[in-house]
Amino acid sequence: MEFSDYTAHALIEMLDRRDISAVELTKSVFDRIAEVEPDVHAYVTLTEELALAEAAAVDKRRAAGEALGPLAGLPVAVKDNMATKGVLTTCSSRILNNFIPVYNGTAVQKLYDAGIVMTGKTNLDEFAMGSSTETSYFGPTHNPWNIDTVPGGSSGGSAAAVAAGEAVMAVGSDTGGSIRQPASLCGVVGLKPTYGLVSRYGLFAFASSLDQIGPITKDVTDTALLLNVIAGHDERDSTSVPTDIPDYTKALTGDIKGLRVGVVKELMGEGIDVDIKAAVEASVRLLGGLGAEISEVSLPHSEYALSAYYLIAPAEASSNLARYDGVRFGHRTQDEVADMVEMYMKTRAEGFGDEVKRRIMLGTYALSAGYYDAYYGQAQKVRTLIARDFAAAFNQVDIIVSPTSPSVAFKMGAKVADPLQMYLSDVCTIPVNLAGLPGISVPCGLSGGLPIGLQMIGRAFDESTLLRTAHAFELAFGWHEKPNL
Amino acid sequence: MAYEIVIGLEIHVELNTRSKMFCGCPVTFGEVPNTAVCPVCLGHPGVLPVVNAQAVEAAALIGLSLNCAIAPNNEFARKNYFYPDMPKDYQISQFDLPIAIGGYLDVGDRGQTRRIGITRVHMEEDTGKLIHKGATGRIHGADRSVVDFNRAGVPLMEIVSEPDMRTATEARAFLVKLRSILLALGVSNCNMEEGSLRCDANVSLREFGDTELGVKTEVKNMNSFKALQRALEYEVERQTSLLTHGERVIQETRHWDDAGGATTSMRSKEEAHDYRYFPDPDLVAIVMDPAEVERLRAGLPELPDARAERLGREFGLSDDDAKILALNKPLGDFLEETVAGGAAAGKAANWLLHELAAELNRTDTEIEDAAFTPRHLIDLLQLIDAGTISGKMAKEIFKTSFATGRLPAAIVKETGNVQITDTDALGKIVDEVLAANPQAIEDLKNGQERAIGFLVGQIMRLTQGKASPDAVNKLIRAKLR
Ligand SMILES: [Zn+2]
Repeated sequence: MEFSDYTAHALIEMLDRRDISAVELTKSVFDRIAEVEPDVHAYVTLTEELALAEAAAVDKRRAAGEALGPLAGLPVAVKDNMATKGVLTTCSSRILNNFIPVYNGTAVQKLYDAGIVMTGKTNLDEFAMGSSTETSYFGPTHNPWNIDTVPGGSSGGSAAAVAAGEAVMAVGSDTGGSIRQPASLCGVVGLKPTYGLVSRYGLFAFASSLDQIGPITKDVTDTALLLNVIAGHDERDSTSVPTDIPDYTKALTGDIKGLRVGVVKELMGEGIDVDIKAAVEASVRLLGGLGAEISEVSLPHSEYALSAYYLIAPAEASSNLARYDGVRFGHRTQDEVADMVEMYMKTRAEGFGDEVKRRIMLGTYALSAGYYDAYYGQAQKVRTLIARDFAAAFNQVDIIVSPTSPSVAFKMGAKVADPLQMYLSDVCTIPVNLAGLPGISVPCGLSGGLPIGLQMIGRAFDESTLLRTAHAFELAFGWHEKPNL
Repeated sequence: MAYEIVIGLEIHVELNTRSKMFCGCPVTFGEVPNTAVCPVCLGHPGVLPVVNAQAVEAAALIGLSLNCAIAPNNEFARKNYFYPDMPKDYQISQFDLPIAIGGYLDVGDRGQTRRIGITRVHMEEDTGKLIHKGATGRIHGADRSVVDFNRAGVPLMEIVSEPDMRTATEARAFLVKLRSILLALGVSNCNMEEGSLRCDANVSLREFGDTELGVKTEVKNMNSFKALQRALEYEVERQTSLLTHGERVIQETRHWDDAGGATTSMRSKEEAHDYRYFPDPDLVAIVMDPAEVERLRAGLPELPDARAERLGREFGLSDDDAKILALNKPLGDFLEETVAGGAAAGKAANWLLHELAAELNRTDTEIEDAAFTPRHLIDLLQLIDAGTISGKMAKEIFKTSFATGRLPAAIVKETGNVQITDTDALGKIVDEVLAANPQAIEDLKNGQERAIGFLVGQIMRLTQGKASPDAVNKLIRAKLR
């Protein structure tokens, strides 16, 4: 077993005992990257030199007996839509193919402060708009379980890196499922925290009211460790909530006796692959066996979630992405232009890919005078109704479960030409973002050699109960599968 | 045919807060371009705005002083449009939920006081400044354009009036009063030339008795009170001429050219902008605690109306003088400081409103920048009261003092230019003059009082104006008795 196959919590103990040095660990991860990256293409940018220097610094501090952060010396990958000072940050877009931030985002800074060794910046669907990591300007990422299939998206690079051992842990961002769905497709754990738990400062905005940064890890304990570091109020983010952050690892008791678990009726029917449905049903029985009380819950408005999401998210994106105009940074057209407007048009025509353009146009339309009430206004009402559905369900149960993705990893290229089919990949995850709740995906089986994810949803800011449930399930289920790369 | 003039104003005020509206950069003016900037106000990817509490408080104070209701919940929206002076290509601005609505301002103009409605006060962020390199200095025809983002993100308050003004002078009086209130609040420097106070006007005409508004034009680029009045007068005349010739006013934005004394069309084709406003998802609603609003209301400083009333009452000034001094805060402050230093209010006000005002005007000096301070005026008035100098001499000494900043007493001391009040010294001169003018003495004895003026004038001439006219008068009468 390679060092890069260990979980973070196991490696922390090994580093503490000095069974291994941070430099050795980092080298082993980069050896693994050298071996599999040509097949997987999880990264846009690798920062090996920087990583080795950071690792050496950690080893030095450890040798000197200095205090170390909770994640000291652990190689962690960062999705390439988070500002990293001095390190290229592209959003996998041509329009930012030369952009080097002058500051660190809050989550990134917290990771650095915790002592991580950043391995590099991971690939994503351009501007996090997609469910397959195929829309990246730098080419697609491949699923380590079968490189002919997609890793999911948009945090496909982060999920694939963790699954392939190209990083011990990773951070991703989730707007409509972009952490959970790739985690599901790559057989790893992915958590979207409650909206407002983790600062968005430094996250290149896609849809501001939905975006959250979260961990992608090998197991639930690692997720808790990483969440401990990145959670917390940030005065730079007005939407981050001042709330006490517990030690999430303390919640992992393995005991869920008496916990009330509800299965979402509407997400277990049409459109869900039979193997996935069976795996989720088996998982629910397993939870019952652990002492949880199982029932069925209804989210009657969830059928409108996808439509509402594809108005709200593009509307916000159409405004968030306006700043990529060629004036101050990023790509600018090299063509001769007659005036400013033509410069804008050519720059953006060249800089953005088709899916990004599609969403900017959708969003611009949805916000237009005369259409605002019918589209954006109506979508906000649906959002309120969905939040109420969840509130009602949480009167009956403590944790809600569903599949994470309606299908396992699909063939590369299979849905590129059919955006609506692609959008359906997030049908189970989107309602959670609209309601601002925490959701986690944990592996719960295989279908045709490809992983299946179980989604668990908790109450707002109750990540402790959510992680406790996921952890108890993980222990009982005993997931030890690995991709055969 | 006579038309009713309908004018509404839109005023933008840059606040003088310590930091910008949504980031920690300082609010500056005239700094080296692009030095008061950070990733937030440069709109770098990933940054987020944080509302400046000091700006919210200032906005609430403005709303309260304009008799507005303060919205318990107000929020920021995004106004989307592309322009290179706006880093994010959207402006964070209040839209349908502004901080203050429904107020008024009582404006006196030419002996009449009318109540002008205030529609709303809202907060937004200023843009950067474009500088166009090339022949015209405007964007069309420029070789290239550069941008300075020091101003980007500076807190900007928009104050919108109802279309309640009926003359150009009334609009001017409104702006003068509004500025005096903002200065009393201390929330802005209100410098029209530097652009910290900017005013746009909507102008339309209609027949008297009509309740519907006529087609309006929006006039921009008026950088002084005088420019506002001239631009409005021009625009009213232009529209009147159009209508009386059976032509139509086109709804458009017009640019005031101060040197040319005319407005010109800014946008030839009428583009209906769709700003696609929506609530800014990066910010949460601003909740105004009613107790906090009451605390702000209670803490409002003395506003011009109250000050005029007090100056009239305490200092015995005329209504007109009191109003002028209250509307011009630095002038009012000057007076109060002078009186606090022991000067008589009436005399001090007289000097302020006439000699000092004229000299400030003549030399195009702001009172804050003048070398002549309350201390100088106190000194000057003391010299007059003590009889050391005459009123006429005082005017000369004032001019020297204003120009050099030297205290009047020092000027008098150096030139030795004092009034001769010494009876012995004056007596000799009076005797000489009387001896040389027997005819005048005769006239005076015959009851021709005019003759005394002639005699005094002769004595003043001989003393180069230094004799105290009062003392001379007494001496002549005593000697002839
Ligand atoms: Zn700034």
